[in-house]
Amino acid sequence: MINVIRAELAKLRRPSLSLSTVVAVTFVTGLVTSLLFLLVDSPEGNGERGTRISREVLELSTGISISFSNSAGLLGIVALCIFAAQTAQEYTYGTLRNLLVRQPSRMKILIGKLISMKMFAVVMVTISAILALLLSYVFAGVMDISTAAWSTNEARAAVLRGFVNVLIATIGFGIFGMILGLLFRSPISAISIGVIWNLIIEGLLSVFVTDLGRYFPGQLLTVVADGGTDEISYQYALFTSYGFLTIGLLLVAVLFKKRDVAN
Amino acid sequence: MSSPLALDVADLSKKYGDRMALSHANFEVPLGSICGFVGPNGSGKTTTIRMLLGLIKPTTGSGHVLGESITQPEKYLPNVGAMIEGPAFYPALTGKQNLAVLAKLGGFATEPIQELLDLVDLGDRGDSKFKTYSLGMKQRLGIAAALLPNPKLLVLDEPTNGLDPAGIHEIRTLLRKLADSGTTVFVSSHLLSEIEMISDYLVMLRQGKVIFSGKTIDLLAAQKPVIIAKPENAKDLARLCEIASKLGERAVIKTDVVEVSGDVNFSSKLNKAAFDAGIILSSLTPVRPTLEDTFFEMTGEQ
Repeated sequence: MINVIRAELAKLRRPSLSLSTVVAVTFVTGLVTSLLFLLVDSPEGNGERGTRISREVLELSTGISISFSNSAGLLGIVALCIFAAQTAQEYTYGTLRNLLVRQPSRMKILIGKLISMKMFAVVMVTISAILALLLSYVFAGVMDISTAAWSTNEARAAVLRGFVNVLIATIGFGIFGMILGLLFRSPISAISIGVIWNLIIEGLLSVFVTDLGRYFPGQLLTVVADGGTDEISYQYALFTSYGFLTIGLLLVAVLFKKRDVAN
Repeated sequence: MSSPLALDVADLSKKYGDRMALSHANFEVPLGSICGFVGPNGSGKTTTIRMLLGLIKPTTGSGHVLGESITQPEKYLPNVGAMIEGPAFYPALTGKQNLAVLAKLGGFATEPIQELLDLVDLGDRGDSKFKTYSLGMKQRLGIAAALLPNPKLLVLDEPTNGLDPAGIHEIRTLLRKLADSGTTVFVSSHLLSEIEMISDYLVMLRQGKVIFSGKTIDLLAAQKPVIIAKPENAKDLARLCEIASKLGERAVIKTDVVEVSGDVNFSSKLNKAAFDAGIILSSLTPVRPTLEDTFFEMTGEQ
């Protein structure tokens, strides 16, 4: 298992992937944080889906982690793309056969891949967290928002809580990407279906059909990142989303184990 | 189970839907030999190799690799190096990084990577990205990857694809060297002249069926040699053909020569008969059929 993780990390460390991930994470975090603070007085809203997060809310001890939590959905999409591409490319490059000759246990390959990608997600979320905190201070200064409550123990606890929740959500999106990668065996198909599903299908249906968001993994993972909402509790969102993902992962794992590697 | 054989396949079949990709294959490959695996496109070579490497499951039958059942590939794959259906690597990684990924995965040391790259003449391109490699260089990297585990069995699918004549010669020398040091080499190739030059053993497939397996020398020896007779005067071709047939051998006219089935002893008999009939032969050459001739005759391909 350790050998698989070492091999996967060697692939994940390649400059093209790490640099593009840093760029994507910086862009997503920068965009969400800047909009949150710079549009704080805008009647159009400054949060997700046009919600308004006022100066007073940002000045609370929990204000420091809001931009980071709000980035979770987009960070999740980045993770989905990476996990899906890293899994499906083994089929398109034909490298899966090399991997299986060197490590015949398909479950070890799968679990090793998952663990290494989770490690990659930890780095990704950490970068995002650091960036969100730094930018929050910068933009708070620009917009004259008080940061006095941000250095309290309560604020530190909120940051830690936010980090854990965003990490859980991001990894959840990544697992969703991995499931699609194993299912479709093509990075383009897996990524496009994943993104369309999360950003368009889930988003639209949840807007038009009341309570449908309670059953969509993407929507539930966003709730996890937010630490729960008035409508959906944190525990429900966590167990339901990960329940779906576990079932999906088990199904594709069986498929991966049984399927002939004929390409 | 212990076995002196590197490969032992019994009644192995693979069916995809209604199509039999491999049908009741039986063959053995002794340890330390170079075995050529030949057959037309779609004859089941790659399917067989994939089953031997645990990538696809047989429909029926059994097989043993280095004495272990193919149902338990984890027992023998650490001692097997393979390149299947061409080299497949990560384009964004360098040659060296690609080999390092496989070395780490297999739990092998990464130190010999440079040595392997030197061996396949990629020593100075190890730090270039795989996507910048030519077909021949990709092929060489594939061979280097197959050699990573210092294998007891090397399985190579078309290893000389894309290589220039000098490269082919180098690979041939390398394979011979590996076999001499005890490595069994199981190599599929379309270059039958290459296979003939290096193979001690041969497994020949046609439409998913094994039509020959055994020593290369036995296969070639079993083929009747031919005599190529060229009359000085082209108008004597038909008469010469008739004389050869009357002597009891199969003869056919091919352009400006008569090709007669028969061994060296028959050539003197034919020469005398032609002379008696007033036909002067400008050349009379006994020719042993090549593997390519034999292959085409046995597979019905041309």
